[in-house]
Amino acid sequence: MSITLAVTAGILFAAGTYLVLQRLLTRIVVGLGLMAHGANLILLGAGGEPGAPPIVGTADPATFGDPLPQALVLTAIVITFGVTAFLLALAYRSWALTAEDTVEDDIEDRRIAELRRREHP
Amino acid sequence: MTSWPFLVVAAHFVGAAVLLAMPRRSRRAAVVVALAPMAAAVVMAALAAGAVIDGDPVTADISWLPALGVSLDVRFDALALIFTFAIAAIGMAIITYAAGYFAPEADLRRFLALLVGFAGAMMGIAITDNLFGLFVFWELTTVTSYLLVGFQDEKGSARAAALHAILTTSLGGLAMLGGFVLLFQAAGTATLSEIVASPPSGTTTTVALVLIFLGAFTKSAQAPFHFWLPGAMAAPTPASAYLHSATMVKAGVLLLLRLAPGFAATGVWTPVVLTVGLATMMIGAWRALRQTDLKLILAYGTVSQLGFMTALVGLGSPVMLHAALAVLVAHALFKSTLFLVVGAIDHQAGTRDIRVLSGLGRRLPWLALIAVLAAASMAGVAPLLGFATKEAAVAALLDEHAWIALAVISVASALTATYALRFVFGAFGTKPPSGEVDHVGPEVAAPGPTLWGPPALLGAAGLVFGIVPGAVDAVVSAAAPGGKLVLWPGWNLALGVSIAIIAAGVAIYAAPAALAHLQHRVAARLAALHVPSAEGSYRWLIDMLNRVADRVTGITQNGSLPVYIGVILITTLTVPAAAWIGAGGALPQLPPLGSAAEIALGVFVAVVAIAVLRAKRRLAAVILLGGVGYSIAGVFVLFGAPDLALTLLLVETVTVAVFAFVLGRLPRRFEEQPWRLGRAMRAGVALVVGGFVTAAALVTNGIRTAPPVADVYVELAPDAGGRNVVNVILTDFRALDTLGEITVIAAAAVGIGALVMRTRTQRRTDDVPDTAREAA
Repeated sequence: MSITLAVTAGILFAAGTYLVLQRLLTRIVVGLGLMAHGANLILLGAGGEPGAPPIVGTADPATFGDPLPQALVLTAIVITFGVTAFLLALAYRSWALTAEDTVEDDIEDRRIAELRRREHP
Repeated sequence: MTSWPFLVVAAHFVGAAVLLAMPRRSRRAAVVVALAPMAAAVVMAALAAGAVIDGDPVTADISWLPALGVSLDVRFDALALIFTFAIAAIGMAIITYAAGYFAPEADLRRFLALLVGFAGAMMGIAITDNLFGLFVFWELTTVTSYLLVGFQDEKGSARAAALHAILTTSLGGLAMLGGFVLLFQAAGTATLSEIVASPPSGTTTTVALVLIFLGAFTKSAQAPFHFWLPGAMAAPTPASAYLHSATMVKAGVLLLLRLAPGFAATGVWTPVVLTVGLATMMIGAWRALRQTDLKLILAYGTVSQLGFMTALVGLGSPVMLHAALAVLVAHALFKSTLFLVVGAIDHQAGTRDIRVLSGLGRRLPWLALIAVLAAASMAGVAPLLGFATKEAAVAALLDEHAWIALAVISVASALTATYALRFVFGAFGTKPPSGEVDHVGPEVAAPGPTLWGPPALLGAAGLVFGIVPGAVDAVVSAAAPGGKLVLWPGWNLALGVSIAIIAAGVAIYAAPAALAHLQHRVAARLAALHVPSAEGSYRWLIDMLNRVADRVTGITQNGSLPVYIGVILITTLTVPAAAWIGAGGALPQLPPLGSAAEIALGVFVAVVAIAVLRAKRRLAAVILLGGVGYSIAGVFVLFGAPDLALTLLLVETVTVAVFAFVLGRLPRRFEEQPWRLGRAMRAGVALVVGGFVTAAALVTNGIRTAPPVADVYVELAPDAGGRNVVNVILTDFRALDTLGEITVIAAAAVGIGALVMRTRTQRRTDDVPDTAREAA
């Protein structure tokens, strides 16, 4: 793990968090994508220093990069794709139903909060 | 096989399950199924009686969760014998009665199932020798009682009463569980008989006892928790007769009786238990005098009598325990009889109000006779069982010079005689005609044999056992040796006290105006002192609970997704950060900066990521996101991960395509939104999160202690049939992970399909009216 990798991952998380903390669904999906990239960098960095591709016979095994984090990242990439696609389908559906792309407040929760405000101003 | 008491208990639960599975209309079969387990219990209790009375209890170890000290160990001793016999015998009477009591359209089968299930749980309390096993059965009676009180669930008042009962008793039960755990810790065993044989002492034990008292007091309706019991009269009368007078409410007294031999000498025992018992006895008797509903007279009477038993157990000496148990047996008989009589009156006359009933004694003399027998037993008139037991209690109190207790019990007993008279004359007497109410009485039809038979049997038992108290005494003395029940004690001081009590009771009844005046004055005095009533306190407590719940929910659940996510993120940071600081907060050895290519790619990723934030158009944001992805693929190449780079390039491309498909339907530009979280706030959270990720990556870097497992993977890969180690990991070493991953993708695909296709068909149907309009 180099400092560059750690800082880059931090920037990706910060940008992703900023986008996730609002209510346009498409922005949230983009934010999640940024965070996923940051997470992948962290995973990769956990494997140590950069090395040769872990393909037996192409290089000395002592110079290989750690293959386990690579396998984990591969899985993570695919799962992120599934999540992104599903969220986009939700955004699509939400748009088709309400012509809006926003995550509304939970109405029931709002009502309870209003109740409290009324009773205890 | 000596675990038959356990099997009998289990038979009740089987019976309850069978009853629930039966068709609703087969009432006769339901009654037979309900009677069967109780008959078995009676037979087995009778068979075991000889040995048990000789002091040879039936025991069996049935382990349940041995690691936690939880078992269903059986110990069928004399106390268990008394309870089992009473539960089963009175239960059979109640079931027979219920068959005649419930209207044809009522769900008799469900009622019987609950009743039989309750009986099994109650027997479980009596025969279990393990604290936690006892707790389980204890709570089962709470639940069945809840369902029975709320049996007429279409009535709001019944539901409220049921809720009150379960809240009170289960809160006490919870305290009791805490007490059991402490007692278990202090004694080192959860076996009741062992704990009582060598009782622990110390502060833990004292706290444990107080908590257990809470459980016993709530269950046995002791002040200030007594109020749930009158409310529980919302239950059908057979259930009231069974649970809320004869059996369940005795569970608290039973528990105290079980613990008393070991703990009565503890400093906390007598002051608490005696005081609560005496107070309850007075409050119950006092309030019974005010009631006009026959069932409520009996309910407050039950509260009072439970207080009587508790007070005796509170004194704790063997002779007192003997008297308490004797009173318990007598009470079970006369109170269930009286309840069943009230049920018969209610069933025939349609009212239980003593202001309305008039002339019923002349119309139903036999029912009146049964009631008089039971009420006389309640008042303590010879030669009924109630006389012998009260006599035993008075003699014991005189013997031990417990003057204050004797005084309070005497006064309350006099009031008991008064409300016994009030009950009998209220139900069966003839009242002068009044203009306010239309009296009900002479035209009432005689009840059928199922309605007068069971109370007649129970009432007669009170008479027979009163004349031959030796039969009861043999079992009671086996359970609590120390006293003696006799028919005729001879002319002594105790008899004088008993006669004085009854005379005082009659005198009070003869002066109703003076009594009403006194009741009024006491009520006024209490109101002036602002003594909170038990009912008022309960209401206030429930109201407060709801308010606090509203407030907490209002604060924590404000409905905004960004706020929720912000809270989750901050929590995710705080916990590990606190752990790190707690562990000394050591700063890591900083790793190298990274190669020039890495730095270049890193800077590029950062710039593009910030550009994503500033993008005003949806498509721009998505393309920039793709740019980040492609750059990350570059980092993968640097790290010797070509597979990852290839996969990511592919996935990024597909993602952009999917985005483009969805974005085609959405507006090009992001709408400006009113933020719940301000821009600065969001930026602050974002920076903290990002900073934390960087810090955590640096701190955790280089703390690896074990060699990477990957070395083995590299070695084994060729054997697994591949040279690309990453591929072999995915398809072989960690193939199950990959299977899970495929499942996730499949689930997502199904979800996406459903969302998108549903929208399409909907749009098509939506289109129809439009086209029709255009055509028109």
